[in-house]
Amino acid sequence: MSILAAESANPLLPPVGEIIIGLIAFAIVLLVMFKFVAPRFEQVFRARREAIEGGIERAEAMQAEAQAALEQYRAQLAEARSEAAQIRDQARAEGQQILEELRAQAQEESARIVARGEEQLATARQQVVNELRGQIGTLAVQLAGQVVGESLADDARRSGTVDRFLAELDGMAAAGDGAVGARKSTR
Amino acid sequence: MTSSAPALGGVLAAEGSGDGFQAPGLGEFYPEVIASFSLLGIDFEITRITLILWVATLAMIAFLVAAVRNPQIVPGRLQFVGESGYSLVRDGIARDVVGPKGLPFAPFLAALFFFILANNLMAIIPFAQISPMSKFAFPLVLAAICWVLYIWIGIREQGAGKYFKDILFLPGVPKLMYILVTPIEILQNFVVRPFTLAVRLFANMFAGHMLLVVFSLGAVYLFSRDNFSIVFGPISALMAIVMTFFELLVIFLQAYVFTVLMGTYLNGSIEAEH
Repeated sequence: MSILAAESANPLLPPVGEIIIGLIAFAIVLLVMFKFVAPRFEQVFRARREAIEGGIERAEAMQAEAQAALEQYRAQLAEARSEAAQIRDQARAEGQQILEELRAQAQEESARIVARGEEQLATARQQVVNELRGQIGTLAVQLAGQVVGESLADDARRSGTVDRFLAELDGMAAAGDGAVGARKSTR
Repeated sequence: MTSSAPALGGVLAAEGSGDGFQAPGLGEFYPEVIASFSLLGIDFEITRITLILWVATLAMIAFLVAAVRNPQIVPGRLQFVGESGYSLVRDGIARDVVGPKGLPFAPFLAALFFFILANNLMAIIPFAQISPMSKFAFPLVLAAICWVLYIWIGIREQGAGKYFKDILFLPGVPKLMYILVTPIEILQNFVVRPFTLAVRLFANMFAGHMLLVVFSLGAVYLFSRDNFSIVFGPISALMAIVMTFFELLVIFLQAYVFTVLMGTYLNGSIEAEH
């Protein structure tokens, strides 16, 4: 009986058969572990780590995107504001310019009108003076002839007298003109 | 049916014949040979214990394969249990004990852990109730493999010259002390380490089984007496139950301790001794 044999056996001296069986059993576990179990576990760990890290990365990317969008929006807003201010300034400047132009134009126009009026006035006056000069000469000669009752024989003398008289009239008229010019400048 | 059947028969026979209690002995670990054959001059005996070894081994393989058969990022219950065990060895031992270069050893250490655990668990599983690890051959095989591995890794990582020199002449020790230290180191590295590795596991499972058997058979014996000793029967039975829980602790602890120690030996081989 094995029981009787066992009583004399040393438990620290194992039979070779058992050692070989132990080796085979452990070798099978090792093989399965190396070929199948460990790679699968590592694969799961890797997938899990990637899933977690991927999630974090996605969140970070999204945040960065949102930040970028905010920056862009702010930049656009600032740009729009500055553009509006620029347009306003430009409009104001243009308005000013138009105003200036209009004013200058109006001034020019008024100056031209005044000048033309003065010119016409001067022409009319000259005309009147010339007409008057002829008429007054004739009238004065006639009048003088009638008053004196004698016809002046010598034409030369007669024209000298008339000229002298007219010159006197011119001097009077010049004095009158000067008075008119002075009055205009004070206005 | 159990391994203690002959012993139980002995107890009951003793009850009939009026002999005293016959304590179970070494016969516990040498059950009847179911079949035997000889191969290349080596005798193989098929006994309950070798059958239990195969059952435990195949059950553990089946469990591991089932756990990783369809791996998910969010693990199911079975995958979670397998993963916890593998992570315990991979992160707790291969990475933290062996060191930064330790991850390639994770499958080996995990195989060691799961193999020992499965065989140890047989110590308290009904109808088996004996761990193959209480047969010295099996812990010895594991220790021998570990012994070869950590020496080989030491030579591979540090070079044979440096590895053996560091063991013979421990750096940082006064020269005179080598007379004392060198023999201890040689003994330590090449004899004591594998021997303690094997004996620690073997002795724990051996003693655990003996304790359980003694208390169980004691309870049966005390209950079967017609005298006052029946009062002590429940105490013995209770002790058998308590010791079973204690054995459960020892089962996990010894599987872990064996693996952790192998981890520290590998660490010593990979990193130069300080």
